[in-house]
Amino acid sequence: MKSFTVLQGIVAPMDRANVDTDLIIPKQFLKSIKRSGFGPYLFDEVRYLDQGEPGQDCTNRPINADFALNQARYKHAAVLLARENFGCGSSREHAPWALEDFGFHCIIAPSFADIFFNNCFKNGILPIQLDASVVDGLFEEMYANEGYSMTVDLATQTVKTSLGQTINFEVDEFRKHCLFNGLDDIALTLESADAIRAYEQGWREKSPWLFDVIK
Amino acid sequence: MSGQTLYDKLWHSHLVEERDNDCGLIYIDRQLIHEVTSPQAFEGLRIAGRQPWRVDANFAVPDHNVPTELHERSGGIAGIIDPISRLQVQTLDDNCRDFDILEFQVNDVRQGIVHVVGPEQGVTLPGMTIVCGDSHTSTHGALGALAQGIGTSEVEHVMATQCLLQQRMKNMLVRVDGALQAGVTAKDVVLAIIGEIGTAGGTHHAIEFGGEVVRALSMEGRMTICNMAIEAGARVGLIGVDEITIEYVKGRPYAPTGEEWDLAVAAWRELHSDDDAYFDRVVELRGEDIVPQVTWGTSPEMVLPVSGIIPDPATMDHAGAREATERALKYMGLTPGMAITDIQLDTVFIGSCTNSRIEDLRAAATVVEGKQVASTVKRALVVPGSGQIKQQAEEEGLDKIFIAAGMEWREPGCSMCLAMNSDKLGAGEHCASTSNRNFEGRQGFGGRTHLVSPAMAAAAAVAGHFVDVRNW
Repeated sequence: MKSFTVLQGIVAPMDRANVDTDLIIPKQFLKSIKRSGFGPYLFDEVRYLDQGEPGQDCTNRPINADFALNQARYKHAAVLLARENFGCGSSREHAPWALEDFGFHCIIAPSFADIFFNNCFKNGILPIQLDASVVDGLFEEMYANEGYSMTVDLATQTVKTSLGQTINFEVDEFRKHCLFNGLDDIALTLESADAIRAYEQGWREKSPWLFDVIK
Repeated sequence: MSGQTLYDKLWHSHLVEERDNDCGLIYIDRQLIHEVTSPQAFEGLRIAGRQPWRVDANFAVPDHNVPTELHERSGGIAGIIDPISRLQVQTLDDNCRDFDILEFQVNDVRQGIVHVVGPEQGVTLPGMTIVCGDSHTSTHGALGALAQGIGTSEVEHVMATQCLLQQRMKNMLVRVDGALQAGVTAKDVVLAIIGEIGTAGGTHHAIEFGGEVVRALSMEGRMTICNMAIEAGARVGLIGVDEITIEYVKGRPYAPTGEEWDLAVAAWRELHSDDDAYFDRVVELRGEDIVPQVTWGTSPEMVLPVSGIIPDPATMDHAGAREATERALKYMGLTPGMAITDIQLDTVFIGSCTNSRIEDLRAAATVVEGKQVASTVKRALVVPGSGQIKQQAEEEGLDKIFIAAGMEWREPGCSMCLAMNSDKLGAGEHCASTSNRNFEGRQGFGGRTHLVSPAMAAAAAVAGHFVDVRNW
């Protein structure tokens, strides 16, 4: 798993509530059997004016100039500032793959959808949940200050804005540990292999109809 | 001390190791696999040199990409025209062969939408923990199973460890008492619930659906409701086991038989919330108050009774709600004050893991029997959820009713619910759809989705616009 320690970068907006994972990465790109290469198609339907196709070279596609990520001031952004219920809908992990591939390693929002939130941690992306009023303030500062950036420090659980404000955030200790160290989830769980086997044996005795049927 | 909820019971019976912060390592009984969210997980296993922990816990079926037109479908995988889709479906076959996982291949009569096939075959059973790389895995909660959608990294994790590490959810009860009016269905109930609690109303919760209305529903209707728990933000939807559940499971190909059946049924009868169970949140609706629902916007919470009128953002105080409404109306090409029944339809789609079961097809056929699809409707697709449902519908003559009405009778698959195959909406087209998501572009670039029940979709196909099916 990719690690996350300290991130310094430009902040860009996705200023609408209930951004669903279909919007983050439309279904035609889910036909890929790879984990990489989704960045050029991030937010495809609002980023470009035409319909994108998988494998397409995006350099000459017509751009939606109104869309924030197409504006020069947000070029090379690394932190995405978002609204309520970010990442709702489909469980597609292609959504964090696309965000990460584009260059976003941190997303700040008042709330996230469960599956998306979980998927972020598996891909070196830190989702930070802050009070809606705090997020409102960050949006205002970002819009008012071109070049607005942040330093996100996972160890100290702080966000420092380029205007000098420091905001603390919460993160589950275990998730923090795994993300900070870039640990392999599967290897960690397999440290409990004996416990899994013991459970499994007891469960098999209790519920034999759940075993050796699907084959 | 209060009793346990159904969710608590399922959690505790599968807890391998308790961790800090109300987290736990839970054992997974069944992993359902489809072609879209699994290739990277299999690849991960290969790279790390790992094997599946328990091959017989896994079951696969291709559904998202498969063609639903016979001329493309009959050629099997080789016949899939889109080379990227073809490779993805082929990759599922290859992976299942390499890892020895049972798969119903594309032209197996048992193939279908994974969330339809699982219960239909008895691959998913009450009391199980079930995962799938698909958010509509919540469907299986209708059988009293703890079922949820996961990302591809977790698909790989479950393949390798048979476990999922997660935080325990909160408990929410949505109780619908009373009785439904004629013409009002499970789909209307769940859309009304989403309208009530919002698209994030169930975040961090497992939602249990109960009350007289839910108890009176068939398994098909219960699956429709649990299917859309995720559209209210809940990864898990649940309905307690009763005689209807047990009767449904009995005799399914992979369900237990003989002595094991008796043992299983005894265990399943415990799968309901205790009378004194504590719920973090309780929401109550009256069945009589629910009327046929139609979504008008780009989130399932943007829903109204069929008698409703399109909202006016200018009257909204909250800036966020106003902007969201303005954006949705612009995308949907609708104006404030317009009646829902004045929305003209270009396409009708009856299908998806929400509403493609036999009961759904019967409801739609009853409405269109002896009638014709309106001349203004360009196409009306009926896509059964599985090959077996297709067969059953044909035995009942439903296919002939649809075809006589001018509808297309297709091969099973996810089809236009998410338009990964060639069944897509054109830009600007309005679609009456029995699926689960009305997100921008969901059914095709620029497509405009209105979520409704199968009966409402069928009536709209005939009328050319939405009508109240209670007056049909």
